[in-house]
Order: sequence, then structure tokens, then C-alpha cells
Amino acid sequence: MSASIELPVLKHRDDAHPLYLDYSATTPVDPRVAAKMIPYLTENFGNPASRSHPYGWTAEEAVENAREEVAKLVGADPREIVWTSGATESNNLAIKGAAHFYAATKGKHIITIATEHKAVIDPVRELERQGFEATFLIPEPNGLVDIEKFKAAIRPDTVLASVMFVNNEIGVIQDIEAIGHICRANNVIFHVDAAQATGKVQINLEKLPVDLMSLSAHKTYGPKGIGALYVRRKPRVRIEAQIHGGGHERGMRSGTLATHQIAGMGEAFRIAREEMDTENERIRRLRDRLLQGLLEIEEVYVNGELEHRVPHNLNISFNYVEGESLIMAVKGIAVSSGSACTSASLEPSYVLRALGRSDELAHSSIRFSIGRFTTEADVDYTIELMKSKIGKLRELSPLWEMFQDGIDISKVQWAAH
Amino acid sequence: MAYSDKVLDHYENPRNVGSLDKNDPQVGTGMVGAPACGDVMKLMIKVNDDGIIEDAKFKTYGCGSAIASSSLVTEWLKGRTIEEAYAIKNSEIAEELALPPVKIHCSVLAEDAIKAAVADIKAKQAAKDNA
Amino acid sequence: MNDTYLDHNATTALDRRVLDVMLPWLLEQAGNPTSRHTFGRTARNAIEHARTQVAEACGAHASQVIFTASGTESNNFAIKGISANLTHKRVLLSTIEHPCVARPAATLQAQGFAIERIDVDYNGKLNKAQLKTQLKKPAGLISVMLANNETGGIQDIAQIGELVKQAGALMHTDAVQGLGKLPLHFNSLNVHAMTISSHKVHGPQGAAALILDKRVDIQPLLHGGGQEKGLRSGTENIAAIVGFGMACELAMTNLAHFSSHTAALRDRLEQGLMQLNATRTSITIFGKTTARLPNTSFFAVDGIEGETLVMALDRAGFAVASGSACSSDSTEPSHVLLAMGVSEDLARGAIRVSFGTNNTLQQVDDFLATLTQEISRLKQLTSIAA
Repeated sequence: MSASIELPVLKHRDDAHPLYLDYSATTPVDPRVAAKMIPYLTENFGNPASRSHPYGWTAEEAVENAREEVAKLVGADPREIVWTSGATESNNLAIKGAAHFYAATKGKHIITIATEHKAVIDPVRELERQGFEATFLIPEPNGLVDIEKFKAAIRPDTVLASVMFVNNEIGVIQDIEAIGHICRANNVIFHVDAAQATGKVQINLEKLPVDLMSLSAHKTYGPKGIGALYVRRKPRVRIEAQIHGGGHERGMRSGTLATHQIAGMGEAFRIAREEMDTENERIRRLRDRLLQGLLEIEEVYVNGELEHRVPHNLNISFNYVEGESLIMAVKGIAVSSGSACTSASLEPSYVLRALGRSDELAHSSIRFSIGRFTTEADVDYTIELMKSKIGKLRELSPLWEMFQDGIDISKVQWAAH
Repeated sequence: MAYSDKVLDHYENPRNVGSLDKNDPQVGTGMVGAPACGDVMKLMIKVNDDGIIEDAKFKTYGCGSAIASSSLVTEWLKGRTIEEAYAIKNSEIAEELALPPVKIHCSVLAEDAIKAAVADIKAKQAAKDNA
Repeated sequence: MNDTYLDHNATTALDRRVLDVMLPWLLEQAGNPTSRHTFGRTARNAIEHARTQVAEACGAHASQVIFTASGTESNNFAIKGISANLTHKRVLLSTIEHPCVARPAATLQAQGFAIERIDVDYNGKLNKAQLKTQLKKPAGLISVMLANNETGGIQDIAQIGELVKQAGALMHTDAVQGLGKLPLHFNSLNVHAMTISSHKVHGPQGAAALILDKRVDIQPLLHGGGQEKGLRSGTENIAAIVGFGMACELAMTNLAHFSSHTAALRDRLEQGLMQLNATRTSITIFGKTTARLPNTSFFAVDGIEGETLVMALDRAGFAVASGSACSSDSTEPSHVLLAMGVSEDLARGAIRVSFGTNNTLQQVDDFLATLTQEISRLKQLTSIAA
């Protein structure tokens, strides 16, 4: 059983070696996946495009087996799977490739969601620079897209809609089926970024009305640097290639394929298909335990709704605690925070802002993401750590003091700064 | 973000955390910053009749550098006159804590907090003299 | 597989020492280099170390290295990305470029670009006089490969780059086949962008780089998370990048040996071919009199299809190529040879042997013996058929 596999590097040893709770950023490679990859790094190193010798054939066979495994996890035909270097490339290829291919016949309007990953937002912005128009729909405060609002955003010249299956920050699951039917009815190409969904939600593209779907290996215990784009054959969806060359992947994506990475993605997706039901149940129990523990702290807010959400994700704001000092305080766990202060400016999470969260609450949010190697002891450690550190920071916080004195902080006139 | 050992020390073991009685005529309060900007500093000083700061306390909502800057100034303020306190420059704070350029604003905020607390105690004294 | 691998220009076996530095990133380390926690920072440091190793192997500064997923991607990035911001919408390419330079350039035509070819001579050398004439009209970007994957022919990139620079245009070179086989000094090649790739130097597939003069205004090919200073979005393939770095370091250490060793093998092979030639078989070695990569020999046996011979050699345990791996799916004759003015019939007979450090003189002798046998067998077959 997967939970019995120990990866010591993910455990808390000291603050320089924190507990890994950032599975939505990336997952460690499952040891079974690594075992599958290594032979293709050593003895079977051929170029799968070399048709003239067994080095190439062995590689090609591995690539095709993996293609089948990837297809199986999402209910697709192997011929609908195009390898890419990762979900970012898949998103770029799907969005720019479909928009360019269909612009002349369908139009130049694109619909997407304000809470999409940057790898969707930025290609759409690039298309805007090229003369396309885009609507960035604001989701409801629970993170979900209102189907009626989506329908209302469709125009006669809408060529493409892109909606992510599972949000990377708050884990909410969009109603892809309903949105897909609307797209079908309106002759709109529908792309879904499923990087955060594989192995977490059931996907059956035989039934799901989706035209293009981006897949990533490294969010599902596979290696980094490999992903795929699902391109529907019936009814056939066309895309314009973004990388041209030797004509690999039926001309949709050129470049030498990294056989070991493809083999790794195939194995990762096979494991996901076979184990996701039991794994999700186990992870849900852990997430619920973590949630119960954290709710014992006053003034905490769960970001995004809990019902339509993958069990792996818990995103919580701790009121009256500043984001960066919060991250400093929780050095014992490796998590992501809503405040990406990469440079001089503090930039609160645009996803949480789109849900209507104040800057302060967005800054003080933490995304806990749980995965295959998380244990109950890890969750208990996290709860105790958060209780003690939040308590300490609030001791220091003048805002907490004011809150306890019954002062409404939103009504205070703050000096310009 | 690489913090200096001094910042980490003040962050881990902040000095003089707390509040003084804000209604005490000898206590001056400075509250600067705003939650939306990511830092709020509250600095309180108790000044005796000779104009010497006897005690200083702080509470800060902000990053590690903001917490360290305010913790440091509470140490510096004790025993100084309010004039000496008023003369403290943010560059001294930044230098002492080896703040990186992106964190200089934290030292500015600490200087502002001192000035606000001193202004408050002066206002209280003036009100008392006028009474 | 105990076969003899003689196809190092297609891809190379991973060096054991490269594998060793990669394994921790596959087995133990988690962490997205974008994350700010320890796991992320460790990953970030590993990438920056690899960046330095790659830079040193090609005479560049670390800040000039942009990691990508393949040589193909680097070439697409250079051609499309640089062209996007050009004033003069005119791009010149040699006639022997790899499809991953030629095809992205072809797509530019739809955006109003003029794409022009620069011819090569019978040895595959670029016609510099023609280039000079072409450069009299304003041009935006010139792309000429440093060493050809099929013939191994080397261009005088520094000289060509100088001409381009004087004309005020930008210059890109595909140096995928040069890395590890020749000394490479980006900063003295007079080019603005240079493509290199990991899996040609005993590194893993899945990592490559574009070396870029930072003054060049380039449009990203992939938009998203803003990795590689916004020029190449997408979570970094750490294991492959770390492996690429190590492979570059090893290639540098091994460069002198590679050069002398593979040249000795190649010379032995070509002596053998000449002896065969002296008997009753007509063999043409392409580009023999020009500067070539030390490890590459590209030749044709008159009257025998290259594809047929490659298959026969494969059954006998020797992996060679009939052309570039990318085009070995098609039976079209090599576009490189046609560009050099080789007849279609002769071009169809082309076989590429490309050596690596691990090949031995004994393997060359065995190969020659098998080749001789297979040629006579195939000749008999064809004569029976005729």
C-alpha cells in the first residue's frame, strides 16, 4: 500500500529540514516511478525517433505504453495524447494553438477565469496583445464559477474557453461537465487545465465534453519536465503547433522526447488510476483532522468552499497575523503562503483577492497540501505548531489587541504610509 | 529572504512586548502603518518628569524586519531623553539590523513610531500645562 | 543490448556520473524551485549550480543561460522569439539547417516575413560571398548552424557572425552538435543566441539551453509562471537540468580526449572505406576535405539504399543512421546532401556513423568487416533482382 512507503526527506527533523506539506506545488517522485524511469536513463537510452535500430524501438515502445497509461487515467484514446514538457507548455499549446487555428472561422474572443494558473492567464494575455479579446470571469466567493454567468459571457465570436479543473491554491473543483455542455452548445472550443486534478478526481473524457486538457506529471508523483495535452479526435479538434521541427507527435509538438520522463509519467498515472480511490479516502481523513485541529484557533477562515474540493487541499487565513512573519514562524513545515513577496512589493494572492478576500486575509493565508506520504503524526505536529505560533504572533499583534478590545479595525482611520 | 542574525534574534525573542497604560499622562503612544500595507506598529513610551524615557513597549503586526526594528528601538529608547529619542534615524536602525534594501521601510516605520510617540507625550504635556 | 552504438549524433547514453547527480532529484528530493521553503531553495541552488556548469562549457556567463526542454524548443524560441521584435522582417538561413530551425522560420512567412536561403558548396560550407550580397539589404536575423548533424561540417561562425554584426543584424547559431565535440566560446563567436542540448553530450533528454546575449529583445515562447527571468515559464525539470550541468562539466574535461580518440576512429573507418572504394565498390565520403566534427563520417555506397544498409547493419549489431533521426521516418533523401548538390540517387545511399568516446578501434574493424560483407550480400541481391 502506498502509505507504507516512507520518504524520510519529507519528515520534520529540524527547522532546516521541515515537514513537506506542499504537494500542490510539486510532489516527490514515487519510488516506484523512479524505478521505472532509471532503466531508460541507463541501458535503454535510445532516441524514440530513431527508427533504424533497437535502441530507438525500445524507447518508442516505452513511449507508447506510457501514452496508453496516461490515456487510461483520463478515459481517452492514446492517439489523443500529445507529449509536452509540462502543463505550462500544454496550456500554451492548447490556448494559443486553438485560438490561432480557429480565429478566422469562429472569432477572437476568449473566456477564462480570474483564478486560473498563470500558465493560462499569461498565454491569454499574450493573445490579447495579438488582438484577441478576453473575458476574465470572477468566480463566486466560494471559488466556483457561476454557470449562468459563464453562459452570459459567451458571445457570437467566442472561440475558446479555458477553465481549470481544480484550483491550485484553494483546491475547488469546477463543474467541468456543465461548462463543457454550454461550450458544445455554443460551438466554443473548451480547454481544461487539469494539472491539479489527475489522481484526485475521476476524469472520463469519453463522457466529459472537453476538447483540450492539460496534464502534468510532477503534480501526480511523476517527474518534472513532462506533461501532455489531450486533443480530442471525435469531434476532431485542431491546434496550430507552437514548436516546429522534426514533426514529432504528429506535427503538433516537435522535439526529442525524454523517454525516461515519459515512462515515469506513464507509471505515475498508472499508480494514480489504481490507487486514487483508497488514497483519496485516506487523505480526506487527514485533511479533516487538520481542519478540525486548526478550527480550534480563533479567527481563522477557510478559503474556498469545502464541498466541491479535492481532499488534498486546505487553505486557511489566520486573521491579525501578517503573512511574512507567519511564514517565518512556521519554518517547521514547508507550505505555500498567499503572500508571494518575491520583490520589494508585497503582492497578495490574486486568487484569494478574486474571491473577495481583503489584502490582510489574503496575506495571512497558508495553503496546506497533503499527499501520498503524509501521516497522521504529521498532521498532529502541524496542528500543534500552528496553535503555538499563531498564539505567539497574536501576542505581538496590535491588531489582535484591538480586536480583543472590541475595536472594529475596518473603521480605524489609518495614517497614509 | 535571508535575514541577519540580529533580525532573527529579535524576531525569535522580541524585547519589551506589551502595552503601557495609555491613559497615564506620562505615557505617549505612537501607532503607525496600516493593515493593508502589511505593517502596523504600536510603540508606547513612559517619560518621567526629567524628560527621560523610563520604559518602552511595543506590539507589531508585520514582517520579521518590522518586528525586529520595533523590538530594537524599545531597547534603545530606555534611558534616553525624548529629544535624543526624536533624533534616532532610520538609517541607524537599518544598519544595526543589517536590513536588506527591500526592508528599509521597516526601519522608517520604526522611526515614525518613535516620532509619533514623542509627539503624543508632548501633546499630553502641553495639554497639562495649558490646563 | 551488446550492439555497437555508432549513432552519437542522434543521442548519447547517459554517463553514469551524470546519473549519480540526477538520482537524488528523482528519489529523495521534493521541492518546486519556485517555492520559498527549504525544499524550494535547495532545488533553486541546484539549478543555479548547473547554470554555471553549462555556461563554463560554452564560454558564456551564467546569466546568459536560459534552460529549455529541448534543442528544438531552444531553436524555436530563438527564431520566433527574436523575430517577434525585429524591425527588418527578413530572416536568412542556411540551406542545411535542421528542421527545428527551418520550420519555425517558415511559419514566420504568415506574419509577413521574408525568409531567404543562404547556399552551401559541395562540402557543405556556407557561401559567404552570397551572404555578403544578401546582407547589403537590411536583414533582421541570420541563423547558421555551427556543426551539421549529418555531415559534421563546421562553419566559420565567428567570421559569419562578424559579417552579420557589421550589417547590423542579429545572429543565431544551432550549436547542438558542437557542444562537447569542439571548444565553444559563446562570447567570441559574434552571435547573439546559441542553442545547445544535453542529450548529445551524455546528459539526459529533457534539458537544453538557449545562450542569449542579454541585449537581445526576445519574446518568450511559453508564458506562465515567469521562470527563467520570465523568458521560459514552466516548472524547471530539476533532475534533467542538474544532469545537463554535470554532463557539460564532464564534456569539458573530456574534450581533448574526445577529439583525438574519435578522430582516430573516424580516420580508421575512412581508411577502410577508401580501401573498399579501391576494390569494386564506389563509396563517397561527404565533406571529407572540409573542417568536420572529429567523430562524424557521412558516406554513401553507390547503388545501395542507405535505409536498406542501415537495417542490415542493425541486424548484424551496429546502430548507425541513414540521416538525422528526426527524418528517418521518411524515405526522402537527406535535404543536407541535396543542398550540397549531391545527386538524389547518391544521397539515398547515405549512412552516418558518429562515434563516442566509448567506441574502440576493434569496433571500427568489426564494423568495416560487417559492412564489407553486407555490401556484397546486398549487391548480389540487387543483381539477382536485376
